[in-house]
Amino acid sequence: MLVYGVAVLAACFIAGQIIGEILGRMLHIDANVGGVGFGMLLLILVNQWMHKRKWFTAEMDSGVNFWNKMYIPVIVAMSSIQNVKAAFSSGLIAIIAGIIPTIICFLMIPAISRINRTKQQGTAGT
Amino acid sequence: MNLILDLCIKNGFIVALLVTGLIVFLSSLLSDKLLKRKIPGTAIAIFMGLALAYLAGSITGGSKGIADIVGLSGFTILGGAMFRDFTIVSTAMGASFVEVKKSGLAGVLSLFMGVILAFTAGAIIAITMGYTDVKSITTIGAGACTFIVGPVTGGAIGASSEVITISIAAGVFKSILVTIGTPLVAKSIGLDNPQTAMVYGGMMGTTSGVAAGLAATDPKLVPYGAMTATFYTGLGCLLCPSILYFLVSLFFD
Repeated sequence: MLVYGVAVLAACFIAGQIIGEILGRMLHIDANVGGVGFGMLLLILVNQWMHKRKWFTAEMDSGVNFWNKMYIPVIVAMSSIQNVKAAFSSGLIAIIAGIIPTIICFLMIPAISRINRTKQQGTAGT
Repeated sequence: MNLILDLCIKNGFIVALLVTGLIVFLSSLLSDKLLKRKIPGTAIAIFMGLALAYLAGSITGGSKGIADIVGLSGFTILGGAMFRDFTIVSTAMGASFVEVKKSGLAGVLSLFMGVILAFTAGAIIAITMGYTDVKSITTIGAGACTFIVGPVTGGAIGASSEVITISIAAGVFKSILVTIGTPLVAKSIGLDNPQTAMVYGGMMGTTSGVAAGLAATDPKLVPYGAMTATFYTGLGCLLCPSILYFLVSLFFD
């Protein structure tokens, strides 16, 4: 049944949200800490575990894949409900404070991924 | 006319599906015919969404983009946080746990670097633009993280609503820039493998920007970037109103 796959996805999503909420409460901040990230980790693990036992049928796969493919349209819909007008009318400081730090972070990405790569080569050598 | 409008309002979500389909279709047509696939259709579709949101905001004066247009309110459901997060989680189906484990440490490092770097740069900009009080500097710095970290921080430390609005706007600009900029800089920053995608998600942090930017670059990388990015806002909400606020108050006040 296709819906079983969707249900597994939904279960991972809800479980992840619960973990994120609890973590947020524990840290005393009014935000969900990594709920989506935990949900994704859960889905990867559950998916692997169920596939190994052949519990995850091809039809269930296609149930999850539907949502996977809906991801881009949802992002397009999300873009179209942003408050773009207000962002532009908040003035120069908002534009500068949004753009300069982002460029700095872009530029730092190669350096940090290099740290990761040399570390792995180091451990692989020993 | 009224009959059609009533029908659209009653079936808002379905209308949103139809209109989104049209936007994506027109964008891929534009990408194929006019731009010879130099810019991916997805990137154009997302950009068209942002442009329509700007246009709708100018006409209606509302804050929810095209969802403020009568008959298109269903967009708040399709484009809302619930569907965004649900579809992002579903992308993890194609991700491999081995890859996640391989770059876990770099991902965590990039999260801290990303929040602290964006905050510091944002705070310095606030100072050079003439802000001298600790609360405003901290809130604008937090806004440079994401458009959620800004208002959460501003609310927690009691910043003025004008400054909170600026912090939200800064965060929105960041997410727009990440969306549009990612496919353009992907090659030059080596963004073509899961490890770099995880570092990238942690450094940029804005979940919507990262998800949209990676979708336009290489959909296979989406789960890796999105996974780290979703921890960013939480970490920002944790660090900005506490340690980083404290550090700023050491220099000003």
